[in-house]
Amino acid sequence: MTPRKYIILLAVIFFAACGDVSLARGMRDFGAVTLANLPQLFTAMLNPWVIAGILMLIGFFASYLSALSFADLTYVLPATSLSYILMVLLAKFFLHEHVSLWRWLGVALIVAGVGFVAGGPEATPGAHKHHQIETLYGPVGALGEVADHEVDA
Amino acid sequence: MNHFAVWSGIAAIVITATLGDVLQSRAMKEIGDLDLVRKELGLAAVIRRVATNGRFMFGLAFMALGFFSLLITLSWGDVSIIGPASASLTFLANALIAHLYLKENVDRRRWLAALCVAAGVFLLAR
Repeated sequence: MTPRKYIILLAVIFFAACGDVSLARGMRDFGAVTLANLPQLFTAMLNPWVIAGILMLIGFFASYLSALSFADLTYVLPATSLSYILMVLLAKFFLHEHVSLWRWLGVALIVAGVGFVAGGPEATPGAHKHHQIETLYGPVGALGEVADHEVDA
Repeated sequence: MNHFAVWSGIAAIVITATLGDVLQSRAMKEIGDLDLVRKELGLAAVIRRVATNGRFMFGLAFMALGFFSLLITLSWGDVSIIGPASASLTFLANALIAHLYLKENVDRRRWLAALCVAAGVFLLAR
């Protein structure tokens, strides 16, 4: 794992939690959605919190895809589940929601889960076809092909 | 709505969400490290490779189906069971399919991680 990869995983965690909390904050201004006020839902799209939330969820998707391009799904999903914890903290301190003992127990279990994957490798060798890897013939580039003459050499 | 309908809905959410995640993971494995592709070929090449990848598009379609399944199932039952059950079962289904289809090395460490996170997410959403 390089610093760049940690930054991408942190971006997934940050954007997922902040995007959801920002959307929740915006929808609190709007109130409960019912069939009667469904058409007004479009005006909710103009709320700055909702706009910020949508932009952050786009950031989430871009960083999530980037993480999947170098790490296994079974590494990325547990590692980025830290976003649930950030969401609980934001819900408590920013949205002033009540966090029960059960939810804190959930936080502890997620931390344990992240600890399990964090100690292991992020990718199954060879699973990422175009991974840059050091080979006998020098580094294989992002496009993953070793030139024929290099193999023959 | 009866329990059978709600649990069928939860099964539909878990299956579609898992297919979405697994197909996108497979697509990203094929495309290669996006940051390296961007450095070598530029951002336009990254967007083109992602947008023209069939598995990515299938994955996106299944993600959308998963979202609509969630909305429909939520109209049948309580969010306090549908939310946590679907989220935590999706974690476990992803670990299983990643092992079978993506051939990821899901060792004991990763199974324990998936189980802990699934249990944690279930408690969080209660």
